[in-house]
Amino acid sequence: MAHGAQTDTTPYVEGVIKKFVLAAVFWGVIGFLAGDFIAWELAFPALNLDLEWTTFGRLRPLHTSAVIFAFGGNILLGTSLFVVQRTSRASLYGGAVLGNIVFWGYQLFIVMAALGYVLGVTQGREYAEPEWFVDLYLTVVWVLYLAVFLGTILKRNEPHIYVANWFYLAFIVTIALLHLGNNMAVPVALMGGDSWIKSYSFFSGVQDAMTQWWYGHNAVGFFLTAGFLGVMYYFVPKQANRPVYSYRLSIVHFWALIFLYIWAGPHHLHYTALPDWTQTLGMVFSIMLWMPSWGGMINGLMTLSGAWDKLRTDPVLRFLVVSVGFYGMSTFEGPMMSIKAVNSLSHYTDWTVGHVHSGALGWVAFVSFGALYYMVPALWKRRSLYSLKLVSLHFWIATIGIVLYITSMWVSGIMQGLMWRAYDELGFLQYSFIESVEAMHPYYIIRATGGVLFVLGALVMVYNFYRTIKGDVREDSPQAAYLGSAAGAQQ
Amino acid sequence: MEFLADVSHFLRQFWGLWLMLIFGGIVLWAFWPKNKDRFEKYGEIPLRDDQDEER
Repeated sequence: MAHGAQTDTTPYVEGVIKKFVLAAVFWGVIGFLAGDFIAWELAFPALNLDLEWTTFGRLRPLHTSAVIFAFGGNILLGTSLFVVQRTSRASLYGGAVLGNIVFWGYQLFIVMAALGYVLGVTQGREYAEPEWFVDLYLTVVWVLYLAVFLGTILKRNEPHIYVANWFYLAFIVTIALLHLGNNMAVPVALMGGDSWIKSYSFFSGVQDAMTQWWYGHNAVGFFLTAGFLGVMYYFVPKQANRPVYSYRLSIVHFWALIFLYIWAGPHHLHYTALPDWTQTLGMVFSIMLWMPSWGGMINGLMTLSGAWDKLRTDPVLRFLVVSVGFYGMSTFEGPMMSIKAVNSLSHYTDWTVGHVHSGALGWVAFVSFGALYYMVPALWKRRSLYSLKLVSLHFWIATIGIVLYITSMWVSGIMQGLMWRAYDELGFLQYSFIESVEAMHPYYIIRATGGVLFVLGALVMVYNFYRTIKGDVREDSPQAAYLGSAAGAQQ
Repeated sequence: MEFLADVSHFLRQFWGLWLMLIFGGIVLWAFWPKNKDRFEKYGEIPLRDDQDEER
């Protein structure tokens, strides 16, 4: 399939991807810090400083949006533009100019959203907090992003569209659809109110809740899963220097995910006013999601089949492979928690928070770190990273942090659920709500300590990138083995 | 035209079945023995891209 006859070639656009990489690292650290700060706030409420701007209620959306849309979003935009050029063998559609418009446009969206949360300008929809005018602005940026990505695919020199690009495209298109559907809102000024800023949803009651969780769960499905599977399908084979275990399985993985994910939203509304059949439908489709999840996990892990020794010498690959392990684990846990009987215990407890973070820290952040460690030397044309020992250090600190986080939340969440449903011999509730809150205190401290480790790991990564970009190489022992394994982008 | 509208209305009830058939078709297509070599070759696309420019 070699197109050797191609004579006039254009270099890939890389400047804008460098910016996405730096922005992802920057927002990542801010988002992790914000998350750990509110974790300490939960353990010691006095930390909210008694100021409205730093209350848990305002900082929590700041944290979620910073890690999901600012860190995750910059990773997805950056890696997608990196991958689409290389797997299409075509330079970016619209060139550096359009790329930069998308980059700065997206950063401005992040700043507008964050300012809104702290100042109390929000429509109060989880993961979709920005008000209507920010939503409209983001739509414009997103359509430009779609144009850049799709334009590059359309002018490709490679006859086949590589599967990573399918996942990225599904992510871009579905997020646009979800964003438009969920954010249909009317400014109150149009309905006789006095504010152009405040708006209310077009839907009401249970339809509104269902629309929100149709959006919310598919943000998980298509932003945090499909998009990052695109990352997996490119960077795992690249770093392992082997093709994906089964390309045919990846086709089935893709279509199974597309067909099933969109129906799973109702499991967020078990035992609410949502009709029972809808809850059951959401549960059944969530269970069926085991199929693509585990298909994808097997595909990612088995890519290493016959080359497992690389995990010993290559900590970057370790990040990528462990992330796939967490993907399998958290997507096993999720469908299990969507079973109504399990959900009656887990819903509204810390178990949910722990589940989300095993996916967000273990899968999304780890696969992102792997991709970043791959891209930084490749983009800045360095022989290697500054230090692989530091990558290894980052890996272990962050892993211990995640384990502390999710185990403490399992214990705390299940305890909380059991306390809420405990009756005494007279049929009264055995515990008051505040007793369950008091019982959670030690687990909150363990969780926040895990968070500290995760933040420290990220700072180690920042230092490693700083030295790498500066052009330094620290000659530590695993480095030689790593360079010998021909992994990474060194020429 | 009236007839076609009726047929379409009738068939639409079974949307779940149609989606399953399409999905089953995709699985068959993906694992059809004749397609194996072609598909597995696509897996090598990322490993052939080390240059920093179009080709």
